[in-house]
Amino acid sequence: MELRTTKHTRPDEMGFYGEYGGAFVPELLRPNIEELEKFYLQVKDTPSFKEEYITLLKDYVGRPTPLYYSEKLSIKHSCSIYLKREDLNHTGAHKINNALGQILLAKKMGKTTVVAETGAGQHGVATATASALMNLKCIVYMGEIDIERQAPNVQRMKFLGAEVIPAKSGSKTLKDATNEAIRYWINHPDAYYLIGSVVGPHPYPMIVTDFQSIISEEMRIQLLEKTGNELPTKVIACVGGGSNAAGAFYHFYEEETVELIAVEAAGKGLKSGASAATSMLGSQGVIHGSMTLLMQNAHGQIIEPYSISAGLDYPGIGPLHAHSIKEGRTKATSVTDEEALFAARELTKTEGIIPALESAHALAALDKIELFKSDIVVVNLSGRGDKDMATYKQYF
Amino acid sequence: MNVFVKKHKQLSIFTTAGYPNVESLNDQISVLSTQGVDFIEVGIPFSDPMADGPMIQETSRIALKNGMNLEILFEQLSMRKMNIPIVMMGYVNPVIAFGLELFLKKCQEVKVQTVILPDMSLEIYERFYQSLFEKYKVYPCFLITPKTDDERIQRIAKLCRKSFVYLVSSNSTTGSKNDLSMDKKLFKRIKELCSTTPLFIGFGIKTRRDVENVYEVADGAIIGSAFLNAISKGTEEQFLESLY
Ligand SMILES: Cc1ncc(COP(=O)(O)O)c(C=O)c1O
Repeated sequence: MELRTTKHTRPDEMGFYGEYGGAFVPELLRPNIEELEKFYLQVKDTPSFKEEYITLLKDYVGRPTPLYYSEKLSIKHSCSIYLKREDLNHTGAHKINNALGQILLAKKMGKTTVVAETGAGQHGVATATASALMNLKCIVYMGEIDIERQAPNVQRMKFLGAEVIPAKSGSKTLKDATNEAIRYWINHPDAYYLIGSVVGPHPYPMIVTDFQSIISEEMRIQLLEKTGNELPTKVIACVGGGSNAAGAFYHFYEEETVELIAVEAAGKGLKSGASAATSMLGSQGVIHGSMTLLMQNAHGQIIEPYSISAGLDYPGIGPLHAHSIKEGRTKATSVTDEEALFAARELTKTEGIIPALESAHALAALDKIELFKSDIVVVNLSGRGDKDMATYKQYF
Repeated sequence: MNVFVKKHKQLSIFTTAGYPNVESLNDQISVLSTQGVDFIEVGIPFSDPMADGPMIQETSRIALKNGMNLEILFEQLSMRKMNIPIVMMGYVNPVIAFGLELFLKKCQEVKVQTVILPDMSLEIYERFYQSLFEKYKVYPCFLITPKTDDERIQRIAKLCRKSFVYLVSSNSTTGSKNDLSMDKKLFKRIKELCSTTPLFIGFGIKTRRDVENVYEVADGAIIGSAFLNAISKGTEEQFLESLY
């Protein structure tokens, strides 16, 4: 876990990446985030913590995840396309990388209860899994609508012993689950809030980025083995809050030849009014304790986002992405529901891999960007599609 | 001069602007002021009030549906007839969307001197916003909790010399159903740490008894959710009377 300190990837002492980030939290939560930051900075580089974490990733999660050369996609796009197989992680997505890292923190901080929000349910399942492993009580807030559309994950969480509480306010999706999880944390300051993406108040974006950075750390090693060069020309990842993208981009930020492409959910289309393409439709503001880009109306009220994918319909974006997109380092593009569905079916039919709907957005971007013969592209396949079968069945 | 310094113990009421109707605020201000309330907190509704419980979430939702926004709110405040001090309270996002400088300028115009933005921490204020607040002579008020350390309480009290320190009674979102529980010894110590800056206690205060308990340790009490709850039942006048 060699972490580089760079202008794109490390926030300042108040948690700002450029003008984005920080901790916009009520005083009620200040002791919590201060305790967390202090503790994290103390243990993160200690040999015992690193070893425990790395061992879990290896023996429990199954890392390193393969870097798979997709012949079919490579032929179609006339360049080299690799898939980083985060879908093969235990529990089926990249979310477990972060959940395990943070559960170790929770355990070491002496916490007995963990609370989390979830959208697609992948983070909820990862947190419930990690909590079962560490024998901690687990409470997961999930939007009522997401409970419906991601039913298999709800069953998994419950079987793992987690209490799943429906968030019934607002759009009844990820944003509202996050509000409820934060409220729970205010009312139960002794609980550990295990946030699932690179969002929320400092130090969370930094911590989650660190734990996900393993993705690009492995990519470099695997690319060197397979191509003789550590560097690809492009890395593509979908962005809900942005944790799989942060992990996939992390070790490439300072490599100027590597294009970083963040794919947002356009939903029914950028201009349809039913979209979640935050960096394109959003403006600067504060959501869930962080200054970032977010979807809001002229009066600063947050707009209910929409995407067919329960993991991407978040109205904000991690502050490091907001900063990197604004600086022009990361390029943002967007993919509609329909394009994502098509890409999911294509990968399923040609490679025998059923991707998560979220990851299908990253795949669909291949059809939207300019590719050259010399391109070596890594698509971060953030999760598997088992949870999305009900949706896929509806369309195909 | 600090308008929150008085000889007697004070009662303050919080209401959500635009609830139950978009035009309700000025009537509420008149009623509250006639009733003898010392100052009024006017809540700026926000779609995602993360520190608030169900009552303020719901009144905010209705207020927004009614079309309340900062433009309308300042317009209403400019027409108020009562002289009672007004404190504006809300989340950072609607304020920066309106434009912080414009917001502060409008506050000055409508004679609102005090603003509470609970998600604007002391650190954020000092780094980004303090100079603008000072330019328009608007004074921030900050929250503290029973867990806030002494040094920070003193720092906040000093910064709030022209307003007050808002002590949250316990670690909870607003409108907690739990009975008000106060460690009186601790709260008296906090009062001392605040020196000459007035100290008000809020969150979870529902009854005359709660108010009396608060009066033993602080300069006054702030009631929010319980008042809004009474409005939702149409019993706000009885509720106010029950407090005196
Ligand atoms: C498979 C998968 N990919 C991506 C995401 C989006 O989250 P993030 O942008 O934090 O990676 C989710 C969220 O639930 C997910 O389950």
